Amino acid sequence: MNLLYTEVEDDLRATVRKLLAGRCDATAVTALYDGDRSVVDVLWKALAGELGLAGLLVPEERGGAGATAAEAAVVLEELGRAAAPVPFLTSAVIATLVLCESEGPLLGELASGEKTAALLVPLSTAPHTPLPVIQAADGRLTGTVTSVAGAIEADVLLVVADGAVHAVSAADAEITPVVSLDMTRQLADVRLAGAAGELVVADAEMAVRDALSAGAALLASEQVGVAQWCLETTVAYLKERKQFGRAVGGFQAIKHRLADLAIGVESATAAARYAAATLAAGDADAAVASNVAQAYVSDLAVLAAEEAVQLHAGIGMTWEHPAHLYLKRAKADQIALGTAGAHRARLAELVDLPAPR
Amino acid sequence: MTIDEQGLRRQVEEFLAAHDPATTERLEFLRARYDAGLAWVHFPEGHGGLGLPQAWQPAVDALFEAVGAPDNGRKTNGIGLGMAAPTILRFGTEEQKQRLLRPLWTGEEVWCQLFSEPGAGSDLAALGTRAVREDGDGDWIVNGQKVWTSGAHNARFAILVARTNPDLPKHQGITYFLADMTDPGVEVRPLRQITGEAEFNEVFLTDVRIPDSMRLGEVGQGWAVANATLSNERVAIGGSAVRENGMIGVVAQTWRDRPELRTPELHDRLLRLWVEAEVSRLTGQRVRQKLAQGQPGAEGAALKVTFARIAQQLSGLELEMLGEDGLRYSDWTLVRPDHVDFTGRDAGYRYLRAKGNSIEGGTSEILRNIMAERVLGLPSEPRVDKDVPWKDLAK
Ligand SMILES: Cc1cc2nc3c(=O)[nH]c(=O)nc-3n(C[C@H](O)[C@H](O)[C@H](O)COP(=O)(O)OP(=O)(O)OC[C@H]3O[C@@H](n4cnc5c(N)ncnc54)[C@H](O)[C@@H]3O)c2cc1C
Repeated sequence: MNLLYTEVEDDLRATVRKLLAGRCDATAVTALYDGDRSVVDVLWKALAGELGLAGLLVPEERGGAGATAAEAAVVLEELGRAAAPVPFLTSAVIATLVLCESEGPLLGELASGEKTAALLVPLSTAPHTPLPVIQAADGRLTGTVTSVAGAIEADVLLVVADGAVHAVSAADAEITPVVSLDMTRQLADVRLAGAAGELVVADAEMAVRDALSAGAALLASEQVGVAQWCLETTVAYLKERKQFGRAVGGFQAIKHRLADLAIGVESATAAARYAAATLAAGDADAAVASNVAQAYVSDLAVLAAEEAVQLHAGIGMTWEHPAHLYLKRAKADQIALGTAGAHRARLAELVDLPAPR
Repeated sequence: MTIDEQGLRRQVEEFLAAHDPATTERLEFLRARYDAGLAWVHFPEGHGGLGLPQAWQPAVDALFEAVGAPDNGRKTNGIGLGMAAPTILRFGTEEQKQRLLRPLWTGEEVWCQLFSEPGAGSDLAALGTRAVREDGDGDWIVNGQKVWTSGAHNARFAILVARTNPDLPKHQGITYFLADMTDPGVEVRPLRQITGEAEFNEVFLTDVRIPDSMRLGEVGQGWAVANATLSNERVAIGGSAVRENGMIGVVAQTWRDRPELRTPELHDRLLRLWVEAEVSRLTGQRVRQKLAQGQPGAEGAALKVTFARIAQQLSGLELEMLGEDGLRYSDWTLVRPDHVDFTGRDAGYRYLRAKGNSIEGGTSEILRNIMAERVLGLPSEPRVDKDVPWKDLAK
C-alpha cells in the first residue's frame, strides 16, 4: 500500500492550497464566530466549481472526476490546514458516497457543484452506531435530527427512513442553525414536518454505514492537516519568540515537546494515508484502517492544537490569533463521526480483542 | 490574647448576633466584619484579622455563608484578595495598609495585575515599562504597555512593576507600585479571548503619575516583591478543602445525571481523574499545613501545575463524554465579564477557559523550571542576560 503522495496528489494539493491562501484567510474564518458567513459560499463555489472538487469522488461517466479517496484525502488535509468552512466532507464525501450507487440525476448535480447535500445525522454519529429515527408515511417524512453538519449549506437533505434514503429539498425542512463549538463547521437542528421525500437509495443500511465509515477514514486526513498547521505554526513562532535573551524554541524542554509532537504528526499522517489508501483500493483492511486512523489521529490533532495554544501562551489565548480556530476544529473533529474511544471499541471487535465480560 | 478555634467560632456567633445579615446594609456589614477581625483571621488585628492560623479561615467563611452573609466579591476581586492583599500586608507601610486593605477586602475597590508586557511574559524581569522620578524626589511618572491584564476594565487599583533603573541588570532595576487606574494616563483596551469574552486587556500607560507613597517596598526591590505576589497566587489556586470541588465536581455530576453517556472507556478515564483530583486536594491541604507559619515559596508551583493539568483533562473529557452536546456552544458574543468562573457557563467554555490555567500566573513550563531549580537544586539553564545592564539587552 503506497503511503506517500503521488505527483498528481502533490499538484492537487498545490492548487487547493493556492486557492485557500487567497480566499480563506484567518480573519474571514474568525468572522464566522460573529455570524458573518460570507466566506462560505464564495469559497465553496470556487472549490466546487472552479476546481471541480465537488465531483472528485464521482465516476467520470456520472459527471465527476473519477478520483479516489487518496486524492480526496489530500484535499481534506488542505482544508484542515486552513480550517476551511466548506461542506466538502459532508457533501462531496459523505452524501456523495451515500448516493454513489443511486440512479437519478442528484449525483450528477452534486458532482457539478450545482447542488450540495447533507446526510441527516448528528455530526457525532459513529459509523457503527444507531441512526436517528425519522417517520415515513405516504412518502412524507417527519422527525427531528439535531446537530447536523452541512445542513445550513445544503440544497438537499438525505434522510434515512423506512430502511431507505430519501432526498428532501432543504426548502421543505425547518433548519435552525446552532451556536457550535466549531463555527467553521456550523451545525443545525433540522425538523421535518411531513416533508416530501424522493426515494434515492432503496437499501440505506449499507450505503449509509459505508459512507460514514469512509467519512471517518477521510476525516483523519483533515485532522492531519489541522495538526500540521499547529505544529508548523508553533515551531515557526518559537524560533522567533525570545524570552530570557534567547529563542524560546531553543530551550530543551520545548524542543523535546515539539519533537514529540512532530513524531505524532508523522504517525498520524501514516495512519490517515493508510486509511485513505485502503479505501481507494477497496481493500479488505479498510474498516480496520478507518478505525485505527480515527482512534489515533483525532486525539493527536487535539493534542497538537492544545500544544499550539500552550506554547503560544498569552497570544494563543486570544481571538485575534488563529490558534483557537484550530483548537475548536480539532476538538469538534474529535467528537465528529465518533470519538477515539468509540473507534477503539469498534476496533476491539474487528481485531478480535474482545472487551471483558 | 490567644483564642482557640472554639473561641473563634463564638466570636463569629457574637458578631452575627450584633449584625443581622438580613437587616444590616451590605457594605456596613462587610466593614464591620473587617473591623471585627473576621475578614481574614490570619491578618493582624487592626487589618481585618486576629493573627490566627490561616487554616482557620475556611471555618469562619463557612459560618458566614451558612447564614447568608453578604459576599465580599471573592469572585470579582480575586487578584486583589489573592495577590495584592498579602503583598501589601507583607511589604506595605502602615498608611498603605490603613488606606487600601479594608476597601479591597469589602470589594469596594477591585484590583488588577499590571505585570506582563508584550515582550516580557515568562521573562517578566525583562519588562520595559519605565518609571522615572520627577525632579529626583517627586512623584513617579510611568510610561509603557502592559498586556493580558485580567479585569483591568473594572479595577480601581493595580499592582504594577516598572523599571526604575535601566543601568542595572534586569532583576535589580525594578520597583513595585500601587497604581491608581483612574489616572488619566491609563488607557484600557479590551482583548478578546478564545472563549469569545474579553476578560483581559491591553493597558497603555502614558505619563501616569504615582506618588512615592504608593511605592511598595524599596526602590529596586520590585523583583522580590513581585515574586512574593506570584507565590501567593499559586498557593491560592491548588487543592480545595472539600472533595469533588471545582472541575471534577462538574464532570462527576454530568456522569451521574446522564447514564446514557456512559461507556467503559469514559468510566476508566473519569475515575483516574477523580483519583488525581482527590490526591491533588490532599496535596494542597498538606502544603498549606506546611506553610501555616512561613511565607509561600516554590510549593505553589507544583500545586498549580497539577491543578491546570487536571482541569484541562477533565474539561476535555467532559466534551467527549457529552458527544453531540459537546459540539454545541452557549454564546460567542463579545462580553466584558466582571469575574471569571472556571467551572461556569457550558462545557465548551470550561474546556477553552481551562487552557489559560497553564498560562496565567506563570506557565506550567516556567513552574517546572522553578521546581527543578529551586526545589530540586538542578543546575539552571545558561542565563545569558542575567548580569547584563537591562539597557544593553537585545530587545
Ligand atoms: C487568561 C490569562 C490571564 C492573564 N492575566 C494576567 C494578568 O491579569 N496580569 C498579568 O500581568 N498577566 C496576565 N496574564 C499573562 C501571563 O502571565 C503570561 O501570558 C505568561 O506569563 C506567559 O507569557 P507570554 O504569554 O509572553 O508567553 P512566553 O513567555 O512568550 O512563552 C511562550 C511559551 O514558551 C514557554 N517558555 C518560555 N520560557 C521558557 C523556558 N525558559 N523554558 C521552557 N519553556 C519556556 C512558555 O511556557 C510558553 O509555553 C494572563 C494570561 C492569560 C492566558
